[in-house]
Amino acid sequence: MEALLEIDNIEVVYNKAVQVLRGLSLRVPAGAIVALLGSNGAGKSTTLKSVSGLLALEDGAVTAGDIRFKSRSMKGAAPEKLVRDGLFHVMEGRRVFEDLTVEENLIAATYALSGRPQTFRDSYELVYTYFPRLKERRKQLAGYLSGGEQQMLALGRALIARPELIMLDEPSLGLAPLLVEEIFTIIARINREQGTAILLVEQNAAVSLAIASYGYIMENGKIVIDGPAEQLTANEDVQEFYLGVGGQEGEARSYRDIKHYKRRKRWLS
Amino acid sequence: MDWLFFGEISLAGLAMGGLYGLIGLGFVIIYKATRVINFAIGEIMMFAAYLFLAFAGGMEMSPWVALPLAVLGGSVLGGVIEKVMIRPMLGESSISVVMVTIGLASILVGLVELGWGADPQLLPEFLPRKPVFLGELYLAPKIAYGFLIGATLLLVYLLYFRFSRGGVALRATASDQAAAYSMGINVRRVFNLAWVFGSLAASLAGVLVAATGGLSPQFGAVGLSVLVVVIVGGLDSILGALIAGLFIGWLETVAGAYLGGQYRMPATFAVLAVILVLRPYGLFGTHEIERV
Ligand SMILES: Nc1ncnc2c1ncn2[C@@H]1O[C@H](COP(=O)(O)OP(=O)(O)OP(=O)(O)O)[C@@H](O)[C@H]1O
Ligand SMILES: [Mg+2]
Repeated sequence: MEALLEIDNIEVVYNKAVQVLRGLSLRVPAGAIVALLGSNGAGKSTTLKSVSGLLALEDGAVTAGDIRFKSRSMKGAAPEKLVRDGLFHVMEGRRVFEDLTVEENLIAATYALSGRPQTFRDSYELVYTYFPRLKERRKQLAGYLSGGEQQMLALGRALIARPELIMLDEPSLGLAPLLVEEIFTIIARINREQGTAILLVEQNAAVSLAIASYGYIMENGKIVIDGPAEQLTANEDVQEFYLGVGGQEGEARSYRDIKHYKRRKRWLS
Repeated sequence: MDWLFFGEISLAGLAMGGLYGLIGLGFVIIYKATRVINFAIGEIMMFAAYLFLAFAGGMEMSPWVALPLAVLGGSVLGGVIEKVMIRPMLGESSISVVMVTIGLASILVGLVELGWGADPQLLPEFLPRKPVFLGELYLAPKIAYGFLIGATLLLVYLLYFRFSRGGVALRATASDQAAAYSMGINVRRVFNLAWVFGSLAASLAGVLVAATGGLSPQFGAVGLSVLVVVIVGGLDSILGALIAGLFIGWLETVAGAYLGGQYRMPATFAVLAVILVLRPYGLFGTHEIERV
């Protein structure tokens, strides 16, 4: 049977010059949690952007291969159409609308329901049952939320959209270990209770493989290892390179922060 | 010092400034949503005012029919400009987009000269002529009623942006385009609506300003004062545009009355220079703005 999302041998080029993905394939079955792991610059975010159509906004293009969602080819579809079709992308760095309130952030996400039958109200309550803290803060500007709360809001917006697949780009980014655990527990709960499939992009391999059923590891724009989560966790190479205690974690963080800042600026100009 | 005179001049200036604020709002809506600096806003105003002249003058419609029609015409013009001239420029540098709007401005001036000639024209009278007094202060009725109509639209806009779902979509797009796309918001449509709404505000203000001071193909130069308004207010601040509009309108009128008409613009630009030195992003601007 065809999986919910099928990525077939795609190649992606930015600015018609820089090739970032080189024949990447992966699949996400309906209702499953699949982890996509890899180090900085491997091309994880690029993979998600190719699927959600946001790639075009950064002057990137899928030059070869195919992407199918619910058995239909989605290459080149407008991003808002894909969202309305049930594919929600939670972008790297959360990207909450900082000068909108928590509630308004959720209202913005109701645009994903355009042309679909669900009522908006139900969805708000659903978000607040998973994230009671958001209800307390619903009149507050999202920019003043803590990092953890912003991640909750980013997930809350995804819930509003009632998607069949949520693609999460590094939900653990910049969060304290305890909070990471809390967020991942909720992700697993959403998957179980709502039946939503999740494609989880992470650098934190240990927590991801703990909730995922299947994992892919990519390097340099290609998948290098894949397999069921337990099998990857037991694999020696994976243990050495991805599950070992990262001595340079702090360094990597700060480099990434610089990169984020640059990317945001690109957007604004 | 004659306080009565000063009061009346100030009042007239503030009323005029309210209309500047409305035009500034039109400019800021477009800038916030799409990041395009629209140098043609003054010419869009002018175009709507000439439409009004054509409907109410040439075609002898009732001014109260002509006014909405002219405003509608200006809004449609804005929407069409976005679709055929600005959208294809997506991804180009902001300086090229600015050049397009400047070119557009001269095209509109040319079209208007072709249609109505270069001579100044007077709009048919349509606002009530009864003198307006605020306490002891006299205010020319055209200015007073113009202000009232403009302020009404302004209020409607502010409420819409603050409380409606469409307003949320617009603010979300202004805050983070890519994230707005990822919410299922049709960002291209929001861009188009921003041009329509922005042009609508400018068009209404255009007819009202032309009703007080007359109309010529050079009318779009009002856009220059408005540019000062939005730079002083901060390009992306609606509140800033309103406050700066009131202030610049007041300043121009007071400088014109006390120093003579030739000092109107220099006074304004002197203030602009001082404010930009003190606060490079304007009084209320937040984001870093690319210098063009
Ligand atoms: N908009 C862009 N234009 C040009 N190159 C880009 C762009 N975005 C990403 N790249 C390049 O593509 C490569 C992969 O980037 P990507 O963001 O997909 O990596 P990633 O695996 O998500 O990394 P990280 O873990 O740091 O988020 C990098 O070398 C990056 O420099
Ligand atoms: Mg990434």
